[in-house]
Amino acid sequence: MNYIFYFLIIISIIAGAINGKLSDVVNAILTGAELSVKVAFSLIGIMAFWLGMMKIAKKSGLIEIIAKIIKPLTKRLFNEIPENSPAIGDIAMSFSANALGLANAATPIGIKAMEELQKQNIDKKSASNAMCMFLAMSTAGFQLIPATVISVLIGIGYKNPTEIIAPTLLVTTIAFLSAIAVAKIFQRFWTPQKAPEKIYLKVDRDFSESKISGKNSGGED
Amino acid sequence: MFQQIMNIISLWTLPVILILILTLGLFKKVPLYEVFTDGAKEGFKVAVNIIPYLVAIIVGISMFRASGIIESIGEILAPVLSHFNVSADVIPIMIVRSLSGSAALGVFSDIAHNAGPDAYTTKLAAIMVGSSETTFYVLAVYFGAVGISKFRYALLTGLIADFIGIAAAILVCHYMF
Repeated sequence: MNYIFYFLIIISIIAGAINGKLSDVVNAILTGAELSVKVAFSLIGIMAFWLGMMKIAKKSGLIEIIAKIIKPLTKRLFNEIPENSPAIGDIAMSFSANALGLANAATPIGIKAMEELQKQNIDKKSASNAMCMFLAMSTAGFQLIPATVISVLIGIGYKNPTEIIAPTLLVTTIAFLSAIAVAKIFQRFWTPQKAPEKIYLKVDRDFSESKISGKNSGGED
Repeated sequence: MFQQIMNIISLWTLPVILILILTLGLFKKVPLYEVFTDGAKEGFKVAVNIIPYLVAIIVGISMFRASGIIESIGEILAPVLSHFNVSADVIPIMIVRSLSGSAALGVFSDIAHNAGPDAYTTKLAAIMVGSSETTFYVLAVYFGAVGISKFRYALLTGLIADFIGIAAAILVCHYMF
């Protein structure tokens, strides 16, 4: 990520200079920074809503039921996560929200799943194999019906916009399956995570505790 | 007919999920209001936590897009992709769709309006946009929310899958339309 961050900015500056767009590149810093805060703040309300709903779903046992249904699948995909971990249910909910095109719900639920996965992560700064697998599933963007695209097509007077659904579904399925396969391959060959040496310090500082104290949000150590 | 069914499904998915969650909660005697507000409290914290990660990624991507490099890459790729019946208009979508969802939708909208409803390019662009998710954004938000800065192979996996998705879109579109 260090290199990507470096190259993203340096290449932009160099390319901007070559293309005579350096002033645009500099302006993009301000608009980009503003946009990030806008994105984050626009998430607050919907995030709160879905985190609230997810808590009800968890207390009522709904997530557990869903987790049980998809267990045969998740057992293979997330072999490092205990079978009865609440993360499995959250992952299933997040995937369903994505598949149904509920992007607003998918993000908060996905973050909930990440928090559960983080509890089982040995190095809190680096991504566990389970997280990489979950993100491979999420970034592949599996969706049953591409609703926004269809609405644009209807807008330009496309005669039969639903004909786009089958090919899109085929493509997204291919991308989704290959994402899982690629993640599985990397899982085997990538340098494994190492637990940081000060692990005993980290164990007593999990999410529930930082939540109660409310002061530190658990991420800066 | 089919379209009507689809509309009903997309309209009712969310309400049905809410009915399911709340009814099962009530049935299991969960104190709904209390538990909801308790869970919702975290919304603000999570949103604020992801800001630094979003700034890093979104500023980087905004600069990248403003630099005009995407157009340059497009010019290089255009002769290669024209062999596969892919018009140069679609190339920005291939690059942008991993970086910014709204930008990809904007480019798609332009293509659709310019090329018109019957064009092959419109169909290809629609499939490419409809089958993708903004890899960089998802990584920034999901990892940012839990404070992870070492992505290991997550980004590479996402980008390889995006690339396979693009290739699949070109192939599928070629054989179906």
